[in-house]
Amino acid sequence: MSTNILTKRIADARAKGRLGLIPFLPAGYPDKARFWTEIDQLDEAGADIIEIGMPFSDPVADGPVVEHASLKCLDAGVNLSWILGELASRKGRYKAGLVLMGYLNPVLQYGLERFARDASSAGVHGVILADVPFEESEPIRAAFDPQGLVLIPLVGLNTEPARMALYAKGGKGFAYFVSVLGTTGVQAGFDTGLPENIRAGLTKAKAAFDIPVALGFGLKHPDQLKALDGLVDAAVFGSALIRHIDAGGDSKGFMQVWK
Amino acid sequence: MKKGYFGAFGGQFVPELLMPPLLELEEAMARILPSKEFQDELASELTHFVGRPTALTFCPNLSAKLGVKLWLKREDLAHGGAHKVNNTIGQALLAKKLGKKRLLAETGAGQHGVASALAAARLGLECVIYMGATDVERQSLNVRRMKLFGATVVPVESGTKTLKDAINAALRVWIADQETTHYCFGTAAGPHPFPLLVRELQACISREARAQMLAQAGCLPDYVVACVGGGSNAIGAFHEFVGDASVQLIGVEAAGSGLPGDWHSAPLSVSGSPGVLHGMHTQLIQTPEGQILPSHSIAPGLDYPGVGPEHAAHQASGRAQYVSVTDDVALNAFIELSRFEGIMPALESSHALGWALKAAKDMKPGSNVVVCLSGRGDKDLDIVNDYLATKA
Repeated sequence: MSTNILTKRIADARAKGRLGLIPFLPAGYPDKARFWTEIDQLDEAGADIIEIGMPFSDPVADGPVVEHASLKCLDAGVNLSWILGELASRKGRYKAGLVLMGYLNPVLQYGLERFARDASSAGVHGVILADVPFEESEPIRAAFDPQGLVLIPLVGLNTEPARMALYAKGGKGFAYFVSVLGTTGVQAGFDTGLPENIRAGLTKAKAAFDIPVALGFGLKHPDQLKALDGLVDAAVFGSALIRHIDAGGDSKGFMQVWK
Repeated sequence: MKKGYFGAFGGQFVPELLMPPLLELEEAMARILPSKEFQDELASELTHFVGRPTALTFCPNLSAKLGVKLWLKREDLAHGGAHKVNNTIGQALLAKKLGKKRLLAETGAGQHGVASALAAARLGLECVIYMGATDVERQSLNVRRMKLFGATVVPVESGTKTLKDAINAALRVWIADQETTHYCFGTAAGPHPFPLLVRELQACISREARAQMLAQAGCLPDYVVACVGGGSNAIGAFHEFVGDASVQLIGVEAAGSGLPGDWHSAPLSVSGSPGVLHGMHTQLIQTPEGQILPSHSIAPGLDYPGVGPEHAAHQASGRAQYVSVTDDVALNAFIELSRFEGIMPALESSHALGWALKAAKDMKPGSNVVVCLSGRGDKDLDIVNDYLATKA
């Protein structure tokens, strides 16, 4: 079986002796034109995987920073047709793996099969649906599998080994480990030393999954990465990148800090 | 059928981080809820604290006027002034058995917030209520009541700043505080097992009403009518009658102004389509792209863009019919019941009553119509006065 491209991108980063870097930006942020400039910069600056947010009016897994950014994009008219159409027109342009992240309802309304087909042909490799736990994932995987589109498993500090095993069976791409019991943008409870509960959770996740494990939610500064060395394969940055852009920075500058 | 589904509707569409507390609650429902100890305690609270059974009141004056027999199931007489307490006292008891220290609740109009706060005070639990900032402003009396019962009220500034955003906020808080906190969901909606749990706790409405009809009228009703926002009073009023094929079940949604293009709160009867919100697959008011639209009703407790999944299933199966009435029709019912029967209904309940008053002319004369009077109308006096002033 050929290795999934998302798995491979993270493995390549690990081979270079660093963590895989996975920046997240809501589609159309800070505005529809500049968004694609930021994505280009992220790719050129060495992002291993780029996560693009699909905005939703009621994002329950997101904190205020991502929610505010998503609602702003919705107001600007961002929808799935725009995201997938723009991505299709840029197909082959990015070295990074591409992942879409969002909530089920916009995908359902677009049509599961149609979404899987269009996303896959636009060069998207994986999808994270924050409100789809294992129990509801079967119809989605059934639509994604034929297109080679991966539904990325999402687990957290309170996921017991038995549930990790559910996600691990047939899990592809990478596993997303949420480092806080909270929403995006809540600061992970550590500075440079790693608290025991995160260490224990990551150890469980590493044991459960054959695929790489990425840590997300709450990373604020590069020193935190050192504490994760050996425990995790990649790190996701969402709210931190949005704050950086809001403060007048660009994606290139952001990546330089973290790389 | 798949776990947590009513036909095609229901499910558990939540982040994995919320699955452990939902599974814990499912387990508690199976183990604790049916136990004699729990049922005895609940029965005692319902009798001595809530004031159950509530009356089934015959309306002589409106019945004479309408040509049908109009009965009211008087949830307005339950403690707190609405059916909401049936659910909160049950969930608060369950939370205590689970060792939780705190009740977390969302509220729109504030009725569920008040019912949660008073149940928490009664059982010695802390209570925190998330409420849209717009609702905090327009329902200030209820905010004061919640605070008096010792609850913390947190205004929600995100999104449309109403009920749907309060639910989002409460779900977020529950992710962080699941260890110590029970999320006391306010209606028969949300992720499994809430639609089932809330129905079980509200089913006392129809258990009583069915027995009361048989005792007082000597027959089953021809119609059971209830308003539907999320749908907890309606599912409670319907449940025991679902097996009685002769009883027509009518859910009345809020059509708002009824003008084309205006917001409404009627995903089942005006314009809705299947989708996923707040952990459930149900009928929603949404754009073709799947973004949830704002809702509107003069009755704050009906102001919600979704509906409990069992109602969506009852509509699909045809077991219940869902209709809507406008703000005007509800207002008229509010005034009629006050004037002719000396009972002031909540604006929510006025929708159910408004449909019954309108539809009576098409019913067989002498039909027995039970309307679930889900709450009392004192809380709505300002809204009613303002509305009448604009119409004058």
